[in-house]
Order: sequence, then structure tokens, then C-alpha cells
Amino acid sequence: MFDLTGKTALVTGASGGIGADIARALHKAGAVVGLSGTRVQPLEALAAELGERAHVLECNLSVPEEVEGLVKRAVEAMGSVEILVNNAGITRDGLAMRMSDEDWASVLDVNLTASFRLCRAAIRGMMKARQGRIINISSVVGTTGNPGQANYCASKAGMVGMSKALAAEVASRGITVNAVAPGFIETAMTDKLNEAQKGGILSAVPAGRMGRPQEIAAAVVYLASDEAGYVTGATLHVNGGMAMI
Amino acid sequence: MSDIADRVKKIVVEHLGVEEDKVTETASFIDDLGADSLDTVELVMAFEEEFGIEIPDDAAETIQTFGDAVGFITKAS
Repeated sequence: MFDLTGKTALVTGASGGIGADIARALHKAGAVVGLSGTRVQPLEALAAELGERAHVLECNLSVPEEVEGLVKRAVEAMGSVEILVNNAGITRDGLAMRMSDEDWASVLDVNLTASFRLCRAAIRGMMKARQGRIINISSVVGTTGNPGQANYCASKAGMVGMSKALAAEVASRGITVNAVAPGFIETAMTDKLNEAQKGGILSAVPAGRMGRPQEIAAAVVYLASDEAGYVTGATLHVNGGMAMI
Repeated sequence: MSDIADRVKKIVVEHLGVEEDKVTETASFIDDLGADSLDTVELVMAFEEEFGIEIPDDAAETIQTFGDAVGFITKAS
């Protein structure tokens, strides 16, 4: 439906469930994709599956130097970065009273600070090109909160605020910055929940099921498209109605 | 006109899309050449790239006119 032929897209966390499907969907819409992640093997497998127009860009987002170099490497591989999808995220769950400074900082570093650094680096080229799309993958818990995830919720709420500020700064240059906030999606992150936890969650989801990674990817493709040029600073909630915000 | 001034003028003309004769010594980027705050950041970054220098934020704030830019860069490079 949305045509991204010839566009270049960098996706972080492309070795994960949602990230891989975001990369697949952008690729299917015609984009050249840069697959970033810490684990090379799944990235290579995904690149092999996609065939042409896919580049593996190994990067550990908890290492600032690697983050700083990622956009440059993506430009070398693809010629530009016209679409940036900050999807990589980690969790270090625990009740706040027992949460270490380290667990707090590592989640903020990877989820929020690395995303900011990548936005800053990518915007440079987008400003010159007078076009660009940044899509930050937040989470429903950034809005609703979730016990045991003070760090994760803070990072995901932070991504929304950051997206809005950036959106206001660069809107006049044809660059949009938006967030997508997934609800409970079938991934390795939610596989860790036991049946009782899943049951509890599903009872709060009007759609009566978990979301699929492809349903997040579809939202990303839309926001990356030319058709979404007037949408900026928005958060698109994809959560089966579990939080109507 | 010095080589530096020529190179600065080229960047300004290209970036702001203004006529070359409008870029005078005292021309203010914002008041006379139609730049917005984002343009001034882009100009500073373009100067840094062209001349291989670093322009710290507090110095960047003092660069208001074409003459300011040429003066700063001449001193820095």
C-alpha cells in the first residue's frame, strides 16, 4: 500500500521479534534496510532471507562510541539514512526499592540515550536532504506505567517527550518524528511471562489477544511513508484497546 | 576578498538561497538573509566541515553576521 522504493532505512534491534518484522515490512515496501543489532547471527539470517537491499550493521548500543559510528556506517553502506527506526530496547525489571543504579542506568542508556544519539546523527543528513522519517518505538507502559519497570517506563515515556521536541525542531525541514507505542506483543520479551500473567494481561485487552509484530511493523511503514508527511510528534498506540489514549 | 571569505560566502549563498550581493560584511543571517535558528546551526556545522575547525556553542552565538563568521574562521584556522 505504501511505497518506499529507493528509500534507505536503519532499524535498530533488528535481531529481535518486532525489529525483524519492521525490517521485513520496510524491505517489502521497497526500502533498502540497514539491520542493526548486537547478535550477528540472527542479523545475517535475516539479511539472507531478505536477499538484496539488506545490510548487516553490528552495533552494541550500550557502547557510546559504537552508537556514534552507527549512522556513519549505515550511510557508507546505503548512501544515506532517510528513515531511522529506534526499536532496540532492553529490560532490567525489579521493584523500585530493589532496583540498582546500574539497572536503572543501563535501561536509560540503551533505550533513551542511544536513541537520542542516533536521532542527532541521522538528522544531520536529513536536514541537508530536506526530508526524513524518524520512528521511535516506545511502549504502552511509557504512558500507563507498570510495576517492576520504573526504568523501562521512564525510558519509554522519555522517548515520547524526545520525539515531540525533535518533531518541533525539524518539522520545517520536511522531517517527521513520531513514536509507535506497542501494547502486549508476541515476542521473546513477553514469552517470559507465565500463563497466569498472560491471562491477567489479556483480560485487560478488549481485542482479547496479544498483538503480532507485523501489526507494529505496519504502523512503522505508514509513518515512514510520504503519505504520513503531515503526521509529526504523534504517538500511534497499537495495543488492541488496552489503553485508549 | 580573501579565500576564506569566498568560501564562507559560497556556503551562505548555497544554504540560504540568497543573492551573492546581499551577503555583505554587516549582513545579519537572521535579520537580513532570512535565516531561522535552525539555519544558523546548519551554517555553523557547514563552516566546521568546510574549514575543519570546531566552533563551540558560546562562540557560535556571537556569529551573527557574514563578517562575524569570516572573522571567527580567519582567527580559528
